[in-house]
Order: sequence, then structure tokens, then C-alpha cells
Amino acid sequence: MLRLENVVKSFGGVVATNDVSLNFPTGSLSAVIGPNGAGKTTLFNLITGHLVPDSGKILLQEEDIAGKAPVDIVRKGVGRAFQIASIFPSMTVEQSLMCAVASHFRTSEAMLSVFPPPDVRQRTEELIELLGMGAVARLLSANISHGDQKLLDIGLALALEPKVLMLDEPTAGMGPEERWQMIGTVRRLWEQGDMTLIFIEHDMDIVFEVAQEITVLSYGAVLAKGTADEIRNHPEVVEAYLGTDTHAEASQ
Amino acid sequence: MSLFIEFRRDLLIALVGLVVLIAIGLGIDHAWPRDFLTSIFAAALLAMSLNMLIGYTGLVSFGHAAFFALGGYIFGLLLQSPAFTGALGAGSVPVALVAAVIGTGVYSVVIGAICVRLTEIYFAFLTLAFQMFLYSVILSWVDLTGGDQGLMGGIPRPVFLGIDLADQYHRYVFCAVLFVACVMIMRIMTESPFGYTLRMIRDNATRAAFLGVNVTRVKLICFVVSSSIASVGGVILTLFTSGAYPEWAFWAQSGEAIFMIMLGGLNVFLGPVLGAVVLRILNDVVQMYTSHTEIVIGVVIMFVVLGLRRGILDFVKDWWVEKQQARLAAENRNGQE
Repeated sequence: MLRLENVVKSFGGVVATNDVSLNFPTGSLSAVIGPNGAGKTTLFNLITGHLVPDSGKILLQEEDIAGKAPVDIVRKGVGRAFQIASIFPSMTVEQSLMCAVASHFRTSEAMLSVFPPPDVRQRTEELIELLGMGAVARLLSANISHGDQKLLDIGLALALEPKVLMLDEPTAGMGPEERWQMIGTVRRLWEQGDMTLIFIEHDMDIVFEVAQEITVLSYGAVLAKGTADEIRNHPEVVEAYLGTDTHAEASQ
Repeated sequence: MSLFIEFRRDLLIALVGLVVLIAIGLGIDHAWPRDFLTSIFAAALLAMSLNMLIGYTGLVSFGHAAFFALGGYIFGLLLQSPAFTGALGAGSVPVALVAAVIGTGVYSVVIGAICVRLTEIYFAFLTLAFQMFLYSVILSWVDLTGGDQGLMGGIPRPVFLGIDLADQYHRYVFCAVLFVACVMIMRIMTESPFGYTLRMIRDNATRAAFLGVNVTRVKLICFVVSSSIASVGGVILTLFTSGAYPEWAFWAQSGEAIFMIMLGGLNVFLGPVLGAVVLRILNDVVQMYTSHTEIVIGVVIMFVVLGLRRGILDFVKDWWVEKQQARLAAENRNGQE
């Protein structure tokens, strides 16, 4: 589905992404981990078009999308949620999702009909059901809990029915209980959504529990890639990142 | 047709509003209500159309009155031209009206295409710069515009379809219909999917772009429509004053429109209309006592801004929304227990 070939990106003298080649097969659920400054978010920005790689290819279904505008990449089916929830504070949860769905249905510039069109309303109701946000649907996005705001951000990305969904720290800023709840929701969305999901996560317990495949970044380069067991016992990862106690949480 | 069905409630309200306005204008045997309301129609169209940019899209323009003035000048200049009225005869007024709206629309495409790419202070100042450019042109092109004297000598207005705009009753009804029609156009626009896309841009333009919204194009469309509607305000004022004056293109005119929005409320559709009414009444009342109207009005605006921290109708709306949100939140808590 999504393949990176020898992608390089540097800022001044700092190589943020160093010759990264990765493959995310269709329908996979992968995690990207690494210490702060390892280049995780940069990698996301390269894929979603917020940054242009210096060299290398980013192939979405064998089509090179490197350097394309973010809007075009979104239209090709790469959705994204942000580390800090990027939402529409003065709109209700329902309205925000309806706006995103309207954009997906290409009716966001329609002037001669009332908002929301019936098909947009129907699809939004399905989405709210899927996200389990029925209770907060009519609350203003600014007034809902931090966790719900993160979930709404994911919902906005889901409204575009992405083939690849990229979540930048979906559990950032949450308490332990809330984290597991959130990641459970993410997993459920992935199971029901027929998509390739890639997420950045700091909590090792969550990563090892949920991800099918884990990519470890360090200083912009891929340090290791494999299943939870492989990563847990990978000598370099243990040394560079996890420390001797494999259950310790990194970068907390 | 479906448009009329979907907006039947708003259309009905607009129709009732129009009937009330006409009843006031024709029923009271005094020129004052008609004159007062006609000047409100002009000012409110300027303020409401500006609020499509400020309140709905988050684009604070300081140069909106340029389009108001341009509409007035195009309309007035065409009707003052004997060649134009000679060629079109009874069709002069409607054609001049359409020409004023389209002419302003085309001008605003050019200005908008340059301005909407910028944000916040840069957008505000560039629109201001273009407004002062138009102001200078009006002042210096004396042969065409009459310079600082404005368009003098009255505006001929040939009778069309039995409507004689020289007659104050006809003129009042004509202006009321134009006003309500423009308000309805803005209502449809702000309640359509397009209107909600404007709100997305206001709240979070970056996120809107990453949800596939063409932010620049949407802003430009909004800019052009709101400018065209401002030009209708200028046309109404031209009809009312039988002339067009360079002060309409001065920055203070845009400033006054922003005052109206701040006073009435920018998050409520009819907020700017209330602002226009309050500001006009304030102006008239204060003028009875002192010629230093600006000082008194300035103090009132300061009170509203510092006291309420928002427009009058915004204050009411926020109070209502907070109450409703609290009730919904309470319902959720009860539902979970």
C-alpha cells in the first residue's frame, strides 16, 4: 500500500530522515517508535506532503507522491490526525464531522442547498456511531474532554475514508486508563475500517500489545523493524532505546 | 425549487420582514422613517456583507467600503451619461444596477485574488491600501468623478415597469426589496455547505485545507460575493442621496462598518443590522446635543467592547449557547450514571 524508498530529509546540517526505506502492506497495523527527536513526526510530514523529501520515493499504491501538495495527498487517500488535536473549536462535534464529510463528498462549495445535505447527515451519523461519540455529538468541540478532542481529530481524518490513516501520538497527554481506552478504539476502527494504519506511540506496553509490526527510528534512520517479540529482544534497540528493563516506558 | 423548500422558514421570515418594512414606510405619513430606514438599508448591507468576511471567514478587511463606493459610482455615472440612458431608455436603472454589481464583482476578483492569499494583519492592510488607491483615483479623476465634490447634479432615473424612483414611496419600496433580497442571498450562502466551509476556515484554516478544502478559492468566492453585495448598498445610498461622494471610499467608512459589526455582534447573522441601527440612532441623538459625536460614540463603543467583550447579540447568543451546552453536558452525565 505505502512504500518508502531511500527517503532523505535534512534541515540545515541535521539529517532528520536518513535513507529510510519502509513498507506498510495493505491492511497492516504498524507503530513507529523512537526517542524524542528521532524523526517520527518528520516521517509523517514527509508522507502527508507537509514536507518535501530531499531525495527518495514515497509510493502510494505504486504512485510516487513525494513532493505533492498535502491536499492532493489527502485526496489520494492518506488521512492524518495530529499530535495536538487539530479541530474546529466553535463548531459542535457533529457539525465538524459533517463539514469533513461534505468535503469528502465534494459538496463543501455548494451554495444552493441547506447544510447539511441528507447524504452528509447520514454518513456523519454512521461516523459518530463508529467513533462512539453519540453522547458528545451536540457539544462544542472546545468543550469536550481532551480524549474526545483527539478522537474527533481522528474522526475528521476518517470522514475522508482514507486508505492509509496516520495517527501522530493518539494517546498523547492522556492518563493510563484513558490511553488503553483510546488505543482500543483505534484498534476497533482499524478492524472495521479496512485500512492501513500507522501510529506513533511512546507507551511501549501499548505498542507491544497492539501493533503487528514496529519500526524503531533513531537519529532519523531505521534502527529495527519487526514484530513485538523481535523488537523486544533486538540487542541494538534494547541498548539504544529500551534500556535493560524491557518494560520501562521510554521518553516519559 | 428544492432551494425554496429547504429555506422556506427563512424565506417566510424575509417576506414578513419586507411587509413590515413596507408597511412602516408607506403607513407613516412622514418622510423620517423612510429616510432613516433607507440609510439603514445601505449601511446594513455594507456591514452585513463585511461580516461575511469577518464573522464567518475570519478575514478582517479594512477596505470593504471601496466596493460600496464603487457600486454607487458605477450606478451614478451610468445614469448620468445621456448616451447610456438614451440607448437603454426604460431599461436604464435595472441595467445600471446589474452593471454596478457585476462591475464591482469583477474589480473584487482582481483585488481578492491578491489579498486572500494573505492572512490577518497583511490581509487587513492590503485591503486598506487598495481602498485608499480607489479613493485617490476618485479624488484625482475630476473629469469623470467630480473629484471631492462627488457626482453632482442629481441622478436621472427613467421610469421602468411603472416604477418611478424619483417618487419617494417607489424609491423606498424598491430599496427595501433590494435590501431584503440581498439579506436573503447572504442567509442562503451562510447556511449552505459553503457557509459551513467558511466557518471551518475561520476556526482552523490549516485543518480545513488538510480535509481537502480549497481554502484560497473559497475565500475568494466569499470575498467577491460580499463585495458585490456591498455594491448594492452603494447603489441604495446613491439613489437616496442623488449623488455619490468620495468619503464613501474613505477608510473611515470601512471603519464605521466594523463598528457596526462590533456593536451588534459578529457571530449572529443579523448582528450587523442591529449595529447599524444602534450606531445611526446614537449618531442622530447625540447630534441633537453636541457636534462632537465621535467622542460620545467612541465612549459607547468602548463600553460595549470592554464591558460585554463582544457585540450585543453575541452576548445574548453566548449566554444561550452556554446554557444549552450545560444542559447537554448534564444530560450526558445523567445518562452515564
